[in-house]
Amino acid sequence: MTGAQIIFIVVALYTLGSALMVVTTRNLIHAALWLVSTLFGVAVTYALMNANFIAVVQVVVYIGAIAILFIFAVMLTRKDMRDSGPQMNKNWWLGALVAVLVFAGLAFMLSGWSGFSKVAADLPSGFDSVSLLGEALVSPQAYVLPFEVASVLLLAALVGAVYVAFNRK
Amino acid sequence: MSFWNDPLKVAADWLEGVFMGWGMDSVFAHVLVAFLGVFLLIALLMVLDIFLVWIERKVVARFQDRLGPNRVGPYGLIQPFADIIKLIIKEDTTPGNADKVVYNLAPILSMMSVLILWAIVPLAPVMLGTDLNVGVLFLIAAGAIGTLSIIMAGWSSNNKFALIGGFRQVAVMVSFEVPMLTMLLIPVIFSGSMNMNAIIQDQDIWYFLISPLGALIFLIAAIAELGRAPFDLAEGESELVSGFNIEYSGMKFGMFYAGELLHAFTFGGFWSILFFGGYRFFGLEQVSPFLAILILIIKAMLGYWVIMWVKYTMMRIRIDQMLSFNWKFLTPLSFVLLLVTALMNALLASAPTWLYIVGMILANVVTGWAALEIARSATRQERERVEGPKQAAEVSH
Repeated sequence: MTGAQIIFIVVALYTLGSALMVVTTRNLIHAALWLVSTLFGVAVTYALMNANFIAVVQVVVYIGAIAILFIFAVMLTRKDMRDSGPQMNKNWWLGALVAVLVFAGLAFMLSGWSGFSKVAADLPSGFDSVSLLGEALVSPQAYVLPFEVASVLLLAALVGAVYVAFNRK
Repeated sequence: MSFWNDPLKVAADWLEGVFMGWGMDSVFAHVLVAFLGVFLLIALLMVLDIFLVWIERKVVARFQDRLGPNRVGPYGLIQPFADIIKLIIKEDTTPGNADKVVYNLAPILSMMSVLILWAIVPLAPVMLGTDLNVGVLFLIAAGAIGTLSIIMAGWSSNNKFALIGGFRQVAVMVSFEVPMLTMLLIPVIFSGSMNMNAIIQDQDIWYFLISPLGALIFLIAAIAELGRAPFDLAEGESELVSGFNIEYSGMKFGMFYAGELLHAFTFGGFWSILFFGGYRFFGLEQVSPFLAILILIIKAMLGYWVIMWVKYTMMRIRIDQMLSFNWKFLTPLSFVLLLVTALMNALLASAPTWLYIVGMILANVVTGWAALEIARSATRQERERVEGPKQAAEVSH
């Protein structure tokens, strides 16, 4: 087993453990902090795959914006941070079944792929993933249309939020 | 390659050779040397941090026409060590019903969010932690961890003042992240890279000269991110006692305090890296990497001095003033400035250097002037609406 594989397994276990804590802990703020830890684990996974840009954006967007928003919302809306209700509903076995089936299906599908058991090749030196990503996002041959559609959607959401919150005097 | 041209690499190679001579695996030796390098950098930063306490206290004393620490040792230089001994032997208190794990984790995260920034600081052309190609974004990501540490401290202390202070600080940090990120894009436009070292290498003309307004807005956003006056409403001694760190005592408080000082010094460093050429100074950085480090530290100290100068000159502003200043003035201004800079940079791409500099300065001055005029007419209208047109005329005489 190579060093990279050991690091990957440690990070994966850490991420999964944090994710498990998110759903099992009773304290909502602790759940949010465990979520931060999970998202950080995902960022480390991206960094291990040489996707520096995605890793850093993961931290900026998910930890810096979304997790902080979660924590704010919980703090401003709940007086008691402890959750006392039951943690499972009666459909838990159905959810578990779907999760296992999806995992098994994905694993089965990927096992037929030729690159499944290969070690990823090193990137050539001077490979600039950031500028390639940037060019792909604005190139008409690549993803300019989805990129612009997403921008318009976000703008519409922004305008909608302002409209809802706007207080006419 | 001799020691004086690339000391870090030579030392690392030598140490790796020694470790491998002891029969260590080459990969393991490499990782161990990298860890030792990180440890050395952090140790040096923490020693620097001790003296930052002394510098801060001396400078504030001079601004307030006092002498500052002058009893212990020459010029009071041993004073910070006395402070540290005091902090260490203080009783370590934890408030009742505090969330212990989160409470103890917050000062560590706060310090970590500052130290992690040094991973991307190029100390000299060949001496840098990691040559990250998204260094500019990394700066914001580390700030996100700092924000998290403050909200954790405020919430886990089980104290109303701490919680209000934490909320305020997070509101400031989240708001000023927008103009800061926008202004970080200006060096990116000029250099065409998000890598800190590439940004420095591209600064044949300091970016301060071609984007003075950008440098100013970055400084304002950095001061807000640091939570220093005039944006120290999270601390607000007169209303909140001490804000988010009110319940912390001993070295845990020391972590927040030392973290804040090092953070201010670090942002002085980033200000100089992004807008004042970092370690470059008329080719002196080519002579020796040690000279380059010295230049960077002097520039960072000057940036830190400006931050202190602002802190001890300005008064605190209220949270509503802070929010409207940021969202109604600074954020639109930084967006407009980014558009203007990108447009001018494209228009003047093939112009001679002097025309490029003059055009850029003119664009900055016009943008700043227009923003101030719009702000002035908006505030005049607001004042007339509140006070009535007559009184406004009387006030202005």
